[in-house]
Amino acid sequence: MNWAGLYTVLSGVNRHSTAIGRIWLSVIFIFRIMVLVVAAESVWGDEKSAFTCNTQQPGCNSVCYDHFFPISHIRLWALQLILVTTPALLVAMHVAYQQHQEKKLLVLTGHADPKHMEEVKKHKMRISGSLWWTYVCSVVFRLLFEAVFMYIFYMLYPGYQMVRLVKCEAYPCPNTVDCFISRPTEKTIFTVFMLVTSSICIVLNMAELVYLVVRACTRRGQHNSNPPSGKGSFYGHKLSEYKQNEINQLLTEQDGSLKDMLRRNPGLQEKGDRCSAC
Amino acid sequence: MDWGALQTILGGVNKHSTSIGKIWLTVLFIFRIMILVVAAERVWGDEQDDFICNTLQPGCKNVCYDHFFPISHIRLWALQLIFVSTPALLVAMHVAYRRHEKKRQFRKGDQKCEYKDIEEIRKQRFHIEGSLWWTYTSSIFFRLVFEAVFMYVFYFMYDGFRMPRLMKCNAWPCPNTVDCFVSRPTEKTVFTIFMIAVSSICILLNVAELCYLLTKFFLRRSKKAGNPKHHPNHENKEETKQNEMNELISDSCQNTVIGFSS
Repeated sequence: MNWAGLYTVLSGVNRHSTAIGRIWLSVIFIFRIMVLVVAAESVWGDEKSAFTCNTQQPGCNSVCYDHFFPISHIRLWALQLILVTTPALLVAMHVAYQQHQEKKLLVLTGHADPKHMEEVKKHKMRISGSLWWTYVCSVVFRLLFEAVFMYIFYMLYPGYQMVRLVKCEAYPCPNTVDCFISRPTEKTIFTVFMLVTSSICIVLNMAELVYLVVRACTRRGQHNSNPPSGKGSFYGHKLSEYKQNEINQLLTEQDGSLKDMLRRNPGLQEKGDRCSAC
Repeated sequence: MDWGALQTILGGVNKHSTSIGKIWLTVLFIFRIMILVVAAERVWGDEQDDFICNTLQPGCKNVCYDHFFPISHIRLWALQLIFVSTPALLVAMHVAYRRHEKKRQFRKGDQKCEYKDIEEIRKQRFHIEGSLWWTYTSSIFFRLVFEAVFMYVFYFMYDGFRMPRLMKCNAWPCPNTVDCFVSRPTEKTVFTIFMIAVSSICILLNVAELCYLLTKFFLRRSKKAGNPKHHPNHENKEETKQNEMNELISDSCQNTVIGFSS
């Protein structure tokens, strides 16, 4: 499992995302993960071996490195990218669950041929209903993780700048010792670059959140003014049709015991259903 | 996620590019990205380890290396290649959007839609016209801008494109002025010049593609403006007028009109 594996997993989610969500995913993979893998990792590759302290005291080098770099930038970015991309899996799980439900319905209504099953797998889910809430939660979590990591970065490495020289007096270093960091300018450039892309991703996430909320409010307003025109999903309709068929069947087969049947299964009766025997 | 994944992403864009665009993409992948991965990265691999200064003063080597190489050539090229190949994704997004619209029309059962099935829509190649032309031209323009900016940054940072053998450094904590020796300077110079040359070829290809698109655009426009008779609607109007006149001629025998025959 590496970044390519994550890319495969998340590409599937891409299909059910909004346009802004797709842009966000492209920015994450091209300007953050790819830059991390092809460029940043080699900059930080020799960070410990080239960290030099002005002393011959054994152990001073290691202790000072550990004191100033509790967790390396590279590892922090890797963690950040994994945690930030993972909420999209909530959406993937919800979509998989909905597809499973649709397949079950197809089997029940007798349309379980391969063509219909493929159609269920391929069709794009509309972001409405419970999927909307899952999607919004995933965007909120993304924002939260981005913000938390930016804060951790700032706490650990104030100012986001990598200095050339750090003064260290941790045991066993004798007195205060000068320690020199390798490639500080290059590291500062990449830190600033990753910070900027992180901010762009935060902005994209906020824009997506606003877009989703506005769309939901608009849809709700339309629904209030035109109640019968609510389409719902194709399979939501099928579900109501199936229920109506079941009711009709019961009506023709057993006249007398219909009311009992309906009483026993309140879920069969929906608001909009017309039931002449009731 | 590495160069291979970028190649997969950009390979899809290739289908909708012009011929010059396809050549540009090939040059990018074979002569720049591949050279970077298989050769240049090895040359620059030991750039800090083998950067040796004539002093035992701890920290002097680090500081001098950082002073002369604020950002390594390899990383600059990697960033340049990422930025230069990304505008093509604008075209990919536009094509995906158009495909999505056509699929929607097809699903609605639109009479105007001439596709037999969804697979045909997926495989169809879009012509570069209309709004797609503008997206494509913008992407080429951005490519040119990024290439030029990175060439300038290179030139500005490294004072020309040559790697010297020796650098004199007097940054603290180096005592006085210290001689520092760069590892593999000639090999680095060769690769730098090679990458600059290929970058220039890519710039030329982009300029040529831009000119080609503009020429095609103006030719198409002048064809539309210069030959209105061949416009089908206009032809119908002409025919209708002619029919009317013929009626007038046949109705009133006294008036013989000469010169209305087309």
